[in-house]
Amino acid sequence: MTKKEWPLWEVFIRGQHGLNHRHVGSLHAPDAEMAINHARDVYTRRKEGVSIWVVPSRDITASSPSEKGPLFDPAESKTYRHPTFFDIPDEVGKM
Amino acid sequence: MYAQLVKSDALKSREDMSPEERAFQDRVDNGEKIEPKEWMPEGYRKTLIRQIGQHAHSEIVGQLPEGNWITRAPTLERKAILLAKVQDEAGHGLYLYSAAETLGVSRDELLEKLHSGNMKYSSIFNYPTLNWADMGAVGWLVDGAAIMNQVPLQRTSYGPYSRAMIRICKEESFHQRQGYSIMMKMAFGTPEQKEMAQDALNRFWYPALMMFGPSDKDSVHSAQSMAWKIKMNTNDELRQKFVNETVPQAEYLGLTVPDENLAWNEDKQGYDFSEPDWSEFFEVIKGNGPCNRERLGARVKAWEDGAWFRDGLNAYADKAAARRQAASVAAE
Repeated sequence: MTKKEWPLWEVFIRGQHGLNHRHVGSLHAPDAEMAINHARDVYTRRKEGVSIWVVPSRDITASSPSEKGPLFDPAESKTYRHPTFFDIPDEVGKM
Repeated sequence: MYAQLVKSDALKSREDMSPEERAFQDRVDNGEKIEPKEWMPEGYRKTLIRQIGQHAHSEIVGQLPEGNWITRAPTLERKAILLAKVQDEAGHGLYLYSAAETLGVSRDELLEKLHSGNMKYSSIFNYPTLNWADMGAVGWLVDGAAIMNQVPLQRTSYGPYSRAMIRICKEESFHQRQGYSIMMKMAFGTPEQKEMAQDALNRFWYPALMMFGPSDKDSVHSAQSMAWKIKMNTNDELRQKFVNETVPQAEYLGLTVPDENLAWNEDKQGYDFSEPDWSEFFEVIKGNGPCNRERLGARVKAWEDGAWFRDGLNAYADKAAARRQAASVAAE
C-alpha cells in the first residue's frame, strides 16, 4: 500500500476587522478542520489575524505566467480609466 | 440614493433587545465589521439585502442611459472613455450583487425581483439622455451625487458591502471627472454647445437632488439603519453637501443652476435651495417616469435574449467535466 500524503491547502488570513482575507502561504493537513488548526499555529502565532480561510490547493485555478501579456497589457493604453487623465482646475474643488 | 427608499425596521431600543442583539449593536457601535458567517439580526440582513440589491440594480440599469450614446460619441477618444465608464458600472453591479449574495440571497433571485418590479433602482435612470451634453451632466451630477453617498458607506458595518464600496469609490472619481470634462468642453465651446450644456443642467438638476431620497421628515425608519451603520448620513445632510459642492462647479462653467431660490446662507455655511417636486419623485418610483418601461424592458429583454447563451456555456461546462471524469476513470 502506498502511503497517502496529506493534501496541500492554501491559507488566507484576515488581518484586521474589515479587511480582505489575504493569501499568506500553504500547508499540509488531512482535512479542512485540521488545516485551520495548523494555519492558526503556523500563521497567527503573533495574533496576525481575526479570521482564517483554507482552500484545497488543487481547487485553485490560476492564470498562467505566459498569459500575462495578453491578459494585462491591454489596460496599459487605457489611461483614461484613471481620474488623473482629466485636467480639472483646482478652483472647482476636489472631484 | 442609489438606494433611495429602503424599507427598514423601526428603531429598537436597547431595553427591547435580546442579549444577542445587544452584543451585536455593541460591536457595530465599536466600529467592528460584521462578516457573512456571523450572527446578525434578521432585520439587519433583510434591510441590507434590499439596500445592496437596490444599489446593484441601479448600477446595471444605470448603464442604459449612457449606453445610449456610445455609438454616437463625438470622437473616438470620447467613445472609448464612455465605453470604459459604462463597463465600470457593470463591474460595480457585480461587486454589489456578490456582496448581497453573502447574505444568503441568490443572484437570480435578485434579478427576478428587479424584472418583476418587486425591487427598485434609482429614480434618476428613468430620465432620458437627449443629447451629448447629457453625458457630461450624468457624469458630473449623477455620479457626483452617488459619490456623496458612497464615500461614507465605505465605513458601513457590513464587511463585504464596505469592501465593495471602497473598490467602487476608487473607480468613481474617473466617472465624475470625465463628466465634468465634457461639461467644460461644451460650456466653453460655441454658444450652441453652451446652450446644450445649460439645457442638460436644467433637466438633470432636480432629478439629481431626488437621488438622495425624500426629506428626512418624510423618510421612513432611517433611524434603525443609521443605528446599524448601513446608512451613514441623513438624506438632507447629503443633499446639502452635494449642493454646496456642485454650485461652485456650475459657476466655474458659467452655467446657471435652475433655482431662483438658490442663495448662500452665511449662518449655516451652505446654500439655501428649492426642494425638488416630490410628487414627481414618487410617480417615478411607482413606475411612471419618462423611461421606466423602456429601462425595465431593456433589462428583461437582455436577460431573456441571453438565456440561450448562458445555457450553452453551462452545457459546455457540464460536458467538459463529464469528459474529464471519464478520462480520470479510464486512467485508473
